[in-house]
This record gives sequence, structure tokens and C-alpha cells, in this order.
Amino acid sequence: MKRPSYRVCFVGAVSLMLATNAGAYSIYVSNEKDNTISIIDGDTLKVTDTVTVGERPRGIVLSHDSSVLYMCTSDEDHVEVLDINTLKVTHTLPSGPDPELMSLNPEGTKLYIANEDDNLVTVVNIDERTKDVEIPVGIEPEGIGVSPDGKWLVNTSETTNMAHFINTDTLKIEANVLVDTRPRVAQFTGDGAEVWVSSEIGGTVSIIDADSKEIKHKISFEVRGLAPESIQPVGVKLSTDGSNLAYIALGPAARVAIVNMETYEVEKYLLVGQRVWNLEFSPEQDRLFTTNGVSGDVSVIDLKKQRVIKSVKVGRFPWGLAISPDKQG
Amino acid sequence: MNFIQYCTASKHNFCAYVKQVFVVVLVFSATAGNAIAELEADIFYLLRDIEPPLPLSLIDKRIEKDGFAGAQLGLNDNQTTGSFLGHKYELVEVLIPAQGDVVESVQAAGLNPPKIIVANLNAIDLLTVADAYPDALVLNVYARDDHLRQQECRANVLHLPPSRAMLADGLAQYLAWKRWNKVVVVTGRHPEDALYAEALERSIKRFGLKVIDRNNWTSVPGARRTDSGHHTAQQEIPAFTQFKEHDVLLVADEVDEFGEYLSYRSRLPRPVAGTQGLMPTSWHRSHEQWGATQIQRRFEKIANRIMTEKDYSSWLAMRALGEAITNTNSADPVALKEFILSGKFKLAGFKGKALSFRTYNGQLRQPILVVSPRMLITVSPQQGFLHQLTELDTLGFDEPESTCKVFK
Repeated sequence: MKRPSYRVCFVGAVSLMLATNAGAYSIYVSNEKDNTISIIDGDTLKVTDTVTVGERPRGIVLSHDSSVLYMCTSDEDHVEVLDINTLKVTHTLPSGPDPELMSLNPEGTKLYIANEDDNLVTVVNIDERTKDVEIPVGIEPEGIGVSPDGKWLVNTSETTNMAHFINTDTLKIEANVLVDTRPRVAQFTGDGAEVWVSSEIGGTVSIIDADSKEIKHKISFEVRGLAPESIQPVGVKLSTDGSNLAYIALGPAARVAIVNMETYEVEKYLLVGQRVWNLEFSPEQDRLFTTNGVSGDVSVIDLKKQRVIKSVKVGRFPWGLAISPDKQG
Repeated sequence: MNFIQYCTASKHNFCAYVKQVFVVVLVFSATAGNAIAELEADIFYLLRDIEPPLPLSLIDKRIEKDGFAGAQLGLNDNQTTGSFLGHKYELVEVLIPAQGDVVESVQAAGLNPPKIIVANLNAIDLLTVADAYPDALVLNVYARDDHLRQQECRANVLHLPPSRAMLADGLAQYLAWKRWNKVVVVTGRHPEDALYAEALERSIKRFGLKVIDRNNWTSVPGARRTDSGHHTAQQEIPAFTQFKEHDVLLVADEVDEFGEYLSYRSRLPRPVAGTQGLMPTSWHRSHEQWGATQIQRRFEKIANRIMTEKDYSSWLAMRALGEAITNTNSADPVALKEFILSGKFKLAGFKGKALSFRTYNGQLRQPILVVSPRMLITVSPQQGFLHQLTELDTLGFDEPESTCKVFK
């Protein structure tokens, strides 16, 4: 009986120590089932606030100055804009039906939104609060990745099994890359040379050369004791701090895979909560946060130690993640 | 080929039943637009022109050509991918007259023997087609018969719907998990009811449940729509259900004649499960997990009704073909079958797992939904039912039990 309490104290001390190093920041988590946003303090790793928003919040993105949070409230068929200071929804943006995931352009003026039900990518002008254009894509568009220079938009379509490369000047599809079954997240590397696309049912991550638009490598995963079909890659985060490590959320496998971005080898699997969905780095990339849909919590991973240091209980079906370098409130 | 021209010229009797479904080619980007149709896949969809039975409950609607709309949705989905790759898909609907000959109808529909057939047919018709076109790849989207997966399997037939054995196993695993071990079995008067009951009995034994009692419902139903039907049911059902103490009342009534009467009327207040009540199924209107809401909405948009099991199987058949054609760049049945049975084939079916085919009998592995009339209750396989290859093979005939010799 004595040992566990000793261990708890130890973990507490470690996280407190790290917290002082990490600086003040806030983590925003959308809870799909509860229609809320949980706000976690980056120091204490405690939920400080829970804000009620529209129906079925999923993809969330902070403005570049972290003053507002854009939220795909999927069942409201619009994007809601949350003022981070007041924690009030100030207005909505038109998004097209059933918005799920979105990305901001580098200038912070436009949102690219995947409309899951209507096979469209909608471009929204944030200042004008208008829809600029709708781009027809494959069936069930999902992931949206924007290249670091803002010139390319990569959208995945879950039933068509493709990554569509859209030129952001012409807003036309210029290439379609066939990937494995049910592609989800698309992420550019920091230098813009590669796009990593996760395939949930295919069980792989495809690495696409951004110039030739061809697949240069496919990563497969294997966890001892788990049936291959339960390994379902979804969230992808690619480090830009020189560590050359990528992190892949493996869904019902309840693991995050750490992948070497040079060799594409999986180096380690970390056990996190159930049905791990999306991932986000802390501002200094010393921690990774995961949303775990079924267990209703957020796992906190210390990236130096490559160890899960805490799990934070949030609402039901946590889905999206956004992290602000500023402390909320 | 142009069937309308053919039919106009030939004035064949069956031409009245043959319709060509025009493919909607979605035009995307400049690049996609440049793609030339390098490959054309003609898919024949076979179904009988029979009037659907009137459902026992007024809530359920009669569905004309049940399943075909699912194939149309699958066609649209494939065509979108195809438009990016220069693959063209055509879906040719062949309505076989109620008393007509299946092979004659197919012959009337095409100038060449079909290479890819989606069969919305019963077991007898399915075997007729499979044997008449041994070089074609036949995808069964209707028949649930166990013998088609076992001794009567065919080398050229893939099965999309779960067999009765898979359905019964899906239900029995949940009953075992609930420790509802003591069951009674009520069987209807039709041959398919007996087959369903047989599958239940197999699963009961397999998962350690126990049959306390059995009874057969033999009365011939009268008119389905009557003004005061509940009075007789309220008298008849308690008298019919004089069973010893049990946990669940299992019913085998595939044609929906009486099973719906059992709930809330049985002598003991026990849940009803099987073909009515708590029901194992491949698809249900209440299923919304793993992105299923998206396909339910897409389907309702084109069909203006809910998606049925046959629609789901038909959609899966089209998507399985689409995946194989996309990946092999071929519409040759041999190449398609080889890819479909390879380890590379992974089908997304809104069930939270990749679906694949059993290489020993051509059955699609899939989780089984266990539903109440208005809500999903659980999805089998249940936790704790383990298998050395895939837990999905705890449902239905596993490889060591397989009596199918000719499939591979």
C-alpha cells in the first residue's frame, strides 16, 4: 500500500519541476459529445474552465495571435469564434455543411475547411466573414494540411482514398495521390518537402514527396499482442525543433508511435488513453498532448523522457486540440 | 456497349426489364478532366422483380428493389475515384421476372457474358448464376445461407452479407457477456426460419448457453393490416409462451410474421432477441459510429429513405470492386479476385475495423451490430472472445470448421 502513494508523489514532483521549465500556456480541447471546450493550464495540467459551445465541436484552430479560437461545430453547420479573453462565442463564420477539420493560412486571413457531408473544401474569408469559394473534392473530405509557404493545400478524402493537392492561388486540384484506405490527417514537414498522410483503416502513414507528388515511403505499425486491424493511425504531428521525430496517434491501439523522420523507422510506442485521436505540441515542443476519445481524457507526454507523465480528465469524446503560448485569463 | 440500342434492335422480351444506369461523371480539376477513360468496368446487378412483402409493423415501409440504391451510391463513390484515375464504371440493372429464368434474363441484358455480377438473389438463383458464369466474379449481396459458405461454396462467389452463423454468433456472444445463459427458441413455419433457428442452436452450444425449451409457431397469419389485431395477440402469446424459467426468448421469424408480437406479451417478462427485438444485423438505421452518420446521410440524400442491410451489402460490393479496380488498374475478374483475397485488401465499411474476405470461403469478415428497434446496443465480437488471427473470425465458420473445398 505504501509504494503507490510514494510513486504518485514522485510523479507530482516531476511534473511540477517540468512545469516551471515549460512556461505558461493553455491547452484547448473540444469535447465532441459534451458540446464543450475544456481549457487546461499548461503549468498545473488542471482543467481551469469548461465552456459550452455549439453542437458537436470537432476541429479547433487558434488565430495566430491566439486571441480567438475557431471551432468546427459540425452539427450547427458553421464555425464558431470564441474570444479567448472573455470565453464567449462572439460570432460565427459560414463553413458549408458539417465542417470537421480546418487549417489557417500562414497570413491568418483564411480558413480552409473540410465539409464532410458535401464533398467540398470551403475557403472562408475571416475578416469579411464570407465563403470565398467551394472546391469539389473526393467523397468525405477530412484532413486539411497547408504548406509552410501557404502555396499548397492538401485535403484527404476518406472514401475516395486520396490526398488532393490544391494550388491555393488557382484553388484548383493539381494532383491526386492514391493512399491507403480511409485517409485522415495530412501534415507538411516544417521545410515543406514532405506531406505525411495517415490512413486509418489501411493502418499506414504515407509520406508524399511534395514536389513530385509521389509516395516515397509508407510506414506500417506493429504492436505485440494487438490485432493489426486495431492499429488505426489518425493524428500526426511532425516536430520542427530539430529532433527529427514524428508522432502518430494509433486510435483504438491506444498508442502513440514515435517515428524517426530520416529513417522512417518506428522507434517507440507509448501507451496513452483509449481511442487516441489528435495530437498537439506544447509551444516549446517539449510535451505532446493527445485527445483520447473513449477514455475521455488528455494524455500528457514528456518528449525528452518519451514518457506519459499525466492524464487529464476532460469532457466526453475529446476530439480536437489547440495550444496557445499565452495563459488563458 | 449500349443496351438501349441493343434492346431496341432485338425487341427481346426481357429488354423491358433491362435498364441502363447512366454514370454521372463528376468533373473535377483540369488534371482530372484530362484523364482519358482507360478502363471500363461493367457491373451487372441482378435482382428479381417481385413485390416486397408488407412489413408487420406499420412503421416500416415497403421497399421496392431493396438494395439497388446502395449499389448506386457505391457506383457514385467509385466514379469519383475513377474520374481522377481514368476508370469508368457502369452499373447495369437486370430485373429478372418473378417466374423468369435467371440466365435468360442476363443473356438478354448483354451482348457478352458478364464478367462482374452483383447478385441480389436467393441461394438457388445465386448458384444458378455462379454455375452458368464460372469465369465471372459473383458478389452475393442477399443470401445469408450457411451452406453457401460451407459445402455449397463456389470458387467464383464472394459473400458480402454475414451468414446466419455469423449473425447468431454475434448475438450469442453478447448474451454470454450478459450471462443471459438460459434461452428458449421459438421457430416460425418457413424453411428460412428453421435455418435461422439452426444457426441459433449452433451458437448457443458454441458460447456455452443452454436451451431450456423450444416451440414452433405454426399458425398461418391473416391480413397484416387490421383494425383490432392486438386483442388476439394479447390472448395468444401468453398461452404460447408457457416456458420454464429462462433469461431470453429467442425467435426465428425471418419473414416477419409473428416475432414482433412476442415482446411485452410473453408469460414471463423476458427480452426477445433474434429476428425481432434485440437483433444481430450487418446494418441499421440507428448506427452512427465510426463515421457511419456520413454514409447514412449520403444514402438518404439519393434514396429518400433509410439504408437497409441489402443497401449496405450492395454498397460494400461496389466499394470492394472499386478498391480492387483502383489498385490493380484492371477489370479482369481473376485479377480482381486475387487482389480482394490478398493481404493488401482493406475495406472501410464504417464498422471501426478494416473489412477483409476469408480466403477459405469468400465470406466478408465484419463486426455484427446488435440493435434494438431504435438504438444500437452493442457491436460483436465482444471483448474477451479471442482468436489467434483476427477476433472477427470468432463470428461464423472459422477456417478449421470450414467444409468449403473449392474456393481457392
